[in-house]
Amino acid sequence: MPDPVRAALAQDLPPRPEFERVPQDVGQIGAVEAPLSLRERLFGNIAVRRGLVLIGIALLWEGYARWLNVSLLFPTFSETVRVFVADLLSGVLSERILTSLRVLLIGYAAGVALAAVLTTLAVATRIGNDILSVLTAMFNPLPAIALLPLALIWFGLGTGSIVFVLIHGTLWAIVLNTVTGFRAVPETLRMSGRNFGLKGPRYVAQILMPAASASILAGLKIGWAFAWRTLIAAELVFGVSSRSGGLGWYIFEAREELETARVFAGLFAVILIGLLVESVIFRTIEARTVRRWGMQR
Amino acid sequence: MTAPLLEARGVTLQYKTAQHLLTATYRVDLEVHRGERFIILGPSGCGKTTLLKAVGGFLEPVEGRIMLAGRPIRGPGPDRMMVFQDFEQLMPWKTVLGNVTFPLRVKRAWKAREIKERAMAALEKVHLAEFAHVYPHMLSGGMKMRVAIARALVMEPEILLMDEPFAALDALTRRHMQRELLELWRMLGFTMLFVTHSIEEAVTLGSRILLLSAHPGQVRAELNAGHLDGRDAADPAFGALTRHIHDLLFGEGREPANA
Repeated sequence: MPDPVRAALAQDLPPRPEFERVPQDVGQIGAVEAPLSLRERLFGNIAVRRGLVLIGIALLWEGYARWLNVSLLFPTFSETVRVFVADLLSGVLSERILTSLRVLLIGYAAGVALAAVLTTLAVATRIGNDILSVLTAMFNPLPAIALLPLALIWFGLGTGSIVFVLIHGTLWAIVLNTVTGFRAVPETLRMSGRNFGLKGPRYVAQILMPAASASILAGLKIGWAFAWRTLIAAELVFGVSSRSGGLGWYIFEAREELETARVFAGLFAVILIGLLVESVIFRTIEARTVRRWGMQR
Repeated sequence: MTAPLLEARGVTLQYKTAQHLLTATYRVDLEVHRGERFIILGPSGCGKTTLLKAVGGFLEPVEGRIMLAGRPIRGPGPDRMMVFQDFEQLMPWKTVLGNVTFPLRVKRAWKAREIKERAMAALEKVHLAEFAHVYPHMLSGGMKMRVAIARALVMEPEILLMDEPFAALDALTRRHMQRELLELWRMLGFTMLFVTHSIEEAVTLGSRILLLSAHPGQVRAELNAGHLDGRDAADPAFGALTRHIHDLLFGEGREPANA
């Protein structure tokens, strides 16, 4: 039926002819896709670009230290690397690293296990959820290292105290992220899971946990970073009286003896291990899971 | 006439928001028979989705009862597979095949080989066999929806519950999916309960259409649409039914809006 409004509108428009076309064959248009040049691909590679930055930093460091020429304050890059490699080979540094990692793994594993228990309670009951929310809000802002004096009173000098602060460092970050991840699981995904007849632990394990895997992984990553920083700090504080110290103790010892290159080598090791775990281990896990699933970009 | 497969009698549904207790439907009756394409149609706020969730077992009626094959519905179950509107219903950590086999695995009634064969057969029916090993995030909206439909059909449910499954798709894909769904129905003859707010979709897909009025949802009418099967959409019978439904929902005399 004629629409008076449209008829009035169309009157103001200029008349234009209609036409139809057949799209051209792709073969005639030329290359729709073409490979990029080697240079473009090289600079498009993130590893290549960042590697260049690293080399730049090392060169700057070497140049500045040579110009300064006070190795007691600022050793050269090459000297630091030399000490680092020598101590690694002689076993001094590698032993310290192993000690640190052993304590770290104990604390981290205990933190993860405790986080799993607490999160389960929080998911299962509303009061559990409330308790955990309050606890997390209270303890999350508290730097783990601040608890070290208390830990020393309770557990004395030694591994026990460090494990205690490590648990504190990892637990809340993981709990916070996991609970947030569970809450963010889409409603229709939850309903699908229950529609299939999943209930209780099977529902949590097969729907909630994988759906929250991006958050859980983020929590594990943050927890690890906290634990690593806390561990080194704790070792620095009472490395003084501990016989079998870790990396922190290695740095502390080197400072006492004014071996600045060794201090740098210690810091080097801290950075290297941190990087290795964060950008190799966790990155690999992410690439094989949440990134592959399109749950994280 | 045989007994209805799904039967709702005087169903009143309520749900709570943070501040209010809302009545979604008020004393709704309906009967769905085997093989029917039963559409629940109504404006937003008529409680059609809530009604579907109640059939799905996610919500208990405060009054009345819902029976499937003569038994009252208690909780969700795979005899009533649901397809939702949004794409988040697929599990992003599983491939297309993994998504379709998942409900079969949960039920633990088949051997691994049989599960895979069934799932592949279902994927073939929705023309997705070649995408079996792709993760959902790489699929288009229409393909994701076809995975969800395959995942529901693979369980051979008593009734297929569809909650505005094509509402998030673009208009062309939606029309395509509607045609595919009808083809699947012709092939498999399942029973389906389909919720929509689009009159056009209801007329295109339904064999019987239940109209609900809004706030709270009450039965306004139940109409037949099966006589349109096999007819072209340009057939005047389509327009007649569309106009009739429009008049029932919005009052007579007004121009049909683009539904």
